[in-house]
Amino acid sequence: MSLLEVKDLKTQFFTRDGVVRAVDGVSFQLDAGETLGIVGESGCGKSVTALSLMRLIPQPPGKITEGSIMFDGQDVLKMDDDDVRGIRGNNIAMIFQDPMTSLNPVLTISRQISEALELHLKMDRSEARRRTVELLELVGIPSAKKRLDDYPHQFSGGMRQRVMIAMALSCNPKLILADEPTTALDVTIQAQVLQILKDLAREFRTAFILITHDLGIVAGMTQRVHVMYAGRIVEKADTGELYANPKMPYTWGLLRSIPRLDEVRKEKLVPIEGLPPDLISPPPGCKFEPRCQYRKEICHEREPDLIPVPNAKPDHEARCWGTQRVPGGGWLVDLDWQSEIGDMAVLEQIKAEVAQVAAEAERATPGDLPPGVSQKEGI
Amino acid sequence: MLTYVVRRVLLLFPTLFVVAVIVFALAHAAPGSPFDPNPDRPLPPQTVERLNRYYGVDRPLYEQFAMYMGNLVRLDLGRSLVQDRTVAQIIGQQFPVSAQLGLQALFLALAIALPLGVISALRQNSAIDHGGILLATLGTTVPSFVVAIFAIYLFGLNLGLVPLVGWGTPKHMILPTAILALGATAFLTRITRASMLEAIRQDYVRTARSKGLSEQTIVVWHVLRNAMIPVATIIGPATAALVTGSFIIEWFFAIPGIGREFVLSINRRDYPLIMGVYLLYALIIAVANLVVDIVYGLIDPRIRVSK
Repeated sequence: MSLLEVKDLKTQFFTRDGVVRAVDGVSFQLDAGETLGIVGESGCGKSVTALSLMRLIPQPPGKITEGSIMFDGQDVLKMDDDDVRGIRGNNIAMIFQDPMTSLNPVLTISRQISEALELHLKMDRSEARRRTVELLELVGIPSAKKRLDDYPHQFSGGMRQRVMIAMALSCNPKLILADEPTTALDVTIQAQVLQILKDLAREFRTAFILITHDLGIVAGMTQRVHVMYAGRIVEKADTGELYANPKMPYTWGLLRSIPRLDEVRKEKLVPIEGLPPDLISPPPGCKFEPRCQYRKEICHEREPDLIPVPNAKPDHEARCWGTQRVPGGGWLVDLDWQSEIGDMAVLEQIKAEVAQVAAEAERATPGDLPPGVSQKEGI
Repeated sequence: MLTYVVRRVLLLFPTLFVVAVIVFALAHAAPGSPFDPNPDRPLPPQTVERLNRYYGVDRPLYEQFAMYMGNLVRLDLGRSLVQDRTVAQIIGQQFPVSAQLGLQALFLALAIALPLGVISALRQNSAIDHGGILLATLGTTVPSFVVAIFAIYLFGLNLGLVPLVGWGTPKHMILPTAILALGATAFLTRITRASMLEAIRQDYVRTARSKGLSEQTIVVWHVLRNAMIPVATIIGPATAALVTGSFIIEWFFAIPGIGREFVLSINRRDYPLIMGVYLLYALIIAVANLVVDIVYGLIDPRIRVSK
C-alpha cells in the first residue's frame, strides 16, 4: 500500500469574482521513503496542493470540494480536526517558502522546535531541548547549543531554512512537504540547503514532495516529477525519463527556461509566452492551448486526459492531444523535441545529476539511522 | 540596558529645555497679558504698570526667559500671576486628581478593549465583532461632551444613581471615569483588533498550524505576543493623554483636575502656570515613551537594545 494516495483532489477558493479552481482534479500517489517533485509556474496550484494535503487551506475562502487523500490508510479529508492536528507535524511536516516570515519573530529557536516535540512525542521540556540541540546539529547549525535561545532574526536566511528543516524532521514524520524551500535563498545557499534536505530525508527514510518552479532543482532531488499547469497534472514521469524524453510542450517550455549559472549566456532566457490562464474561467479545452505553439483545432475543443504516451516508459503520462495516438491527435509523437529546445548543455548536466541520484538511492541501505533517531513503528 | 535607560533619562533635559523655549515663545506670542483691563473690575493704568514691573512682564522676553530658567534650575516653578498659590502648589493639589481619573480610565479601557479586540478578531463578523466595531465607531465619533451631557441627564438627573457633579467619593468617579475611558476604549479596541487580524494571517501562524498545535495554543503563544507590539506602542501616549487631564470632562463634572486648570491658565495668560503645566506634560509624555520603549524591547526581541 502506498503511503499517500491522492485521488481527484479539487480545492477551490470562493472569491467575490467567482470560484477559483486552484487545484482541479489532481491524483497521484507516493510510496514510503519516495521522493516526488511537483513543478510548475507560479499560480498553477502546487502550493495549494501541498496545503490541501495537511488541510491547511484557509477556510473561508478556500475549500477542498472533492476527492480523497489517503495517508497511511486513512482519509485525511474525513478526519475530525483533532485527528488532523495529530498528523500535522507528527506524520506530515511542511517546510515553507520564506524562512524570513515563517518563523515566529518573538519566540526562541528552541521553543519553536521543542513545541512539536512536547506535543507529539510527549517529551518534557529538558528532553525536548536536548533533542532540539541534536536536530540543529543534524542540519548543520554551528555551536547549536549556544544558539538555542537565539531568536530568528539572529539567524541568516539559510540558517533559518535549516531551522525549518530541523523543525520538519523533529517528530520523524513519514512525509515532508517542501514548498519552494530554497526560492527565497540566494543561489549559493540553495544548493547547501537542498543537500541537507536530501541527505536527512534519506537518513530518516522520510518521503518528501518537493514543490518548485525550477525544473533544474528537482533534477538532483527526486525520483519522480509531476508537472502541474492550471490546477492539473499535465505530465508525470520518472525524473530521468522526464529529462530524457519530455513530451508535453509546456514541459519543453519549462526546460527551455532553466537559467544557467555555469556559463556566460549568449542568449536571453527563453520565457513561455503569455500568462497562465485565469482559474475562474479557464479555457474550454487544453488549459495550455492558448499559449502553445503546437496547438491544433482539437486542443481548443476538448481537454485531453492524462494517459500514458507512446515512445516512452510505461508510467510516463501526458495530458496533450499531440502526444496521444487518438483520432485527430498524435502530431507531436515523432517530433524531435531536442531540436525544439535548442541549447542542450544544461540538459546534459541535469541528466548527469539525475543519474547520480539513482546511484545514491541504490547505495542507501535501510537500517542505518543517524545517532539519536529512534525509528517509529510502522516505517 | 541600564546604560540605555540612563542615556534616555539624560536626554530628557535637552528635550525639556526645547519644550520650555517653544512654550515660552508661544505663550508670549499670544496677544494680551495677565493684567489686561477687565471691564468688570477696571484697574487704574498706574496699577497695571506697577503690576507689570513687579512681575517683570514689561522686560524683554529673553530676560524673562533667563529669569524663568534660572528659577527652574532651582526647582522653583514660580507663582501663579492670577491665583494666590505657587505653581508647585497648584500642580501638587490638582495633578493627582487628574492622574487618578486618567489611570482609572486607562485600566477600564484596557480591561474592555484588549479582550474585546482579541475576540472580535478571532470571531470576525460575529455578533461580538459587530458590537466591538459599533463601540469603536461610537467612541471615536461621538464627542465626550455629548456623552457627558447624556450621561449626566440619564444617570444623574433621571435615575439619580450618581451625583451630578463633583469629586471625592467613588460614586462621583463612576461617570467621569467611564466617559473618559470611552474614547480610549474605542481607540484601543480598534488597534487590538487590527493588529490581531494582521498577526493571525502571518506565515509563522501557518507554520504553527502545520506543527499540529491547537488553535488555543497558537493564539496564546504565537499570535497574542506579536499582536501586542503595536498595542504597546499606543498605550504609552494614551496613558500620557489620559493622566494629563481632560478639560471637557473636568469642566462638565466640576473636577478640580489639572486639565481644566491648564486651559484656564492659557486664557488668563498665567505664564508661570502655563510653563509649569506644559513642562509637566512634556515630562509625562517623555517618561511614558521611555517606558514603552523598554516594554517594547521585552515583547519584541528584534529591537532589544542589548543583552
